[in-house]
Amino acid sequence: MTQQDALVLGGHAFTSRFILGSGKYSLDLIEAAVAQAGAQIITLALRRIDPGGEANILDYIPRGVTLLPNTSGARTAEEAVRIARLAREMGCGDFVKIEVIRDTKYLLPDNAETLKATERLAKEGFIVLPYMYPDLNAARDMASAGAAAIMPLGAPIGSNQGLTTKAFIQILIDELDLPVIVDAGIGRPSQACEAMEMGAAGIMANTAIATAGDVPAMATAFRQAIEAGRTAYLAGLGPTLASGACASSPLTGFLRDRP
Amino acid sequence: MTPNRDPMAYLPGMEIIASNLLEAVLAARRAFVPEACTATQVRQALQKPRLRPEDFAALLAPAAAPQLEAMAQRAREVTRRQFGNAIQVFTPLYLANHCENSCVYCGFNVHNRIQRARLDGDEIEAEMKAIAATGLREILLLTGESRAHSDLAYLGAACQLARKHFKVVGLEVYPLDVAGYAHLHECGADYVTVFQETYDPASYGVLHPAGRKRVFPYRFHSQERAILGGIRGVGFAALLGLDDFRRDAFATGLHAYLLQRKYPHAEIALSVPRLRPAIHNDRLNARDVHEAQLLQCLLAYRLFLPFANITISTREEARFRDHAIKLGATKISAGVSVGIGGHQEKNKGDEQFDIADFRSVQEIRAAILGQDLQPVMSDHVFV
Repeated sequence: MTQQDALVLGGHAFTSRFILGSGKYSLDLIEAAVAQAGAQIITLALRRIDPGGEANILDYIPRGVTLLPNTSGARTAEEAVRIARLAREMGCGDFVKIEVIRDTKYLLPDNAETLKATERLAKEGFIVLPYMYPDLNAARDMASAGAAAIMPLGAPIGSNQGLTTKAFIQILIDELDLPVIVDAGIGRPSQACEAMEMGAAGIMANTAIATAGDVPAMATAFRQAIEAGRTAYLAGLGPTLASGACASSPLTGFLRDRP
Repeated sequence: MTPNRDPMAYLPGMEIIASNLLEAVLAARRAFVPEACTATQVRQALQKPRLRPEDFAALLAPAAAPQLEAMAQRAREVTRRQFGNAIQVFTPLYLANHCENSCVYCGFNVHNRIQRARLDGDEIEAEMKAIAATGLREILLLTGESRAHSDLAYLGAACQLARKHFKVVGLEVYPLDVAGYAHLHECGADYVTVFQETYDPASYGVLHPAGRKRVFPYRFHSQERAILGGIRGVGFAALLGLDDFRRDAFATGLHAYLLQRKYPHAEIALSVPRLRPAIHNDRLNARDVHEAQLLQCLLAYRLFLPFANITISTREEARFRDHAIKLGATKISAGVSVGIGGHQEKNKGDEQFDIADFRSVQEIRAAILGQDLQPVMSDHVFV
């Protein structure tokens, strides 16, 4: 990646476009996963932070990696704001991924509450990355409210189903001036690659890596896929022919026909 | 108190909330005939990405027994996708064993001549310090059901102490009104578990001959009142072996399922307790609920409610518990004492039932790590 192709979030530039999750695999694999992923940002749940505790996730994250604490556990904007502040107090920095979920079955994000939390936390100086359902109106409002990027879901979280919301994510990519980072549902490196080819600015993945047989090796595969997809996007994909070849009688041939 | 009053009738002063869950659960339980389910229904259930209540019923039926391995394979996959390799670890702290009820299967039964005790504030704090020193960050506070000996103020004070020493505070105490749950939530509690014991009202009446616990509907609606009081998550269980365990397991899962549909933000948890011998009652046993049947219930719960936490109790032996966390259970207790003051040198009061897994927190941690799973001490933030 060239210096010019950095992913810029809230004024911070990153050369990696792979945001790694940390919630579903053993803590002692985190360091290897980060290294193999080449990740510069890692998400973590405040609910797993336990200063002084035996299994405090913060103790396992390599130095130099930017922390992206999420607000999982928040059911309202108010709770997300409180959790974000707690994360900052605990030394997690200014980045925050807003998750407002009031459905324990599918864990779908609540866009309305997420927007409110985005507005308030952006005003408090946080670098806000809202996890959201890919709705253009909501995403525009989050952008106006001060989001640093938008994180639409590709499929239900943990489902490994891939880009089931592909058409709507493409609209966000086309219409927003902010980075669009696809979060949730990406189950395979090929799906991450596809999202990057579409112009996604980055990929956040957790379950796909955590449930792989070899966690660090799968982190490598995702890194490679994301880099390949990014390179393809920058190169400009060749056209795909819908059906058949070019029309044999040119539709504009009449311009050359003399009466 | 009239011993033979109708277990479906409320006592004066008990809070009644508007809810249709009880009728729905009891009707479905009545309609479920485990022996009528076929192997075809079981196979169909196992092929569906999301189970409907009738699929759940099939998985609890005798016809599902030959498919236990297939259920285990699928349950393991569902569990790992939903929870990764995280296993939450906690311990119960029994605050008091005074009880006004006379549940025929329980060591705390008011007529059972046991050493009664209640921890005072200093004793509670000493217990909590001893527990916290083992590395645990989640605690479950329990009492016998005595409003006289463990009133709301006492429970509130215990929750406040627990918040000082732990990140996660759960309660397993007598059912309360909405306002009572709201108070305990303000004091730091976020999880409430109430076992319905059996969902058959007639058996329930026989097993609970007196006391407030005899009122079936007030107990049934506890979880809903807790949610209305601002509690984040609620736990359900039938004590398997008291009545037809298949129908009770079905009613338990359905109760949880319907409550989550009504309150989608509620976190749902299930336990799979089997009847155990208790003090002065060592002939109690879970009759036809052997390990295979218990596992079948656990796996059916997991497949029907992939998002629910499932706790595996120290009523079971280490070998069973270690396998349960591989297949579907996501929460395990460690360093357990079910007596009063059991984390100090000497029990102040007697135990509720006999436990079968005596391992310390460090031993449970090692067992979890030994299976490529990770012990999680805290997965919660109080807001």
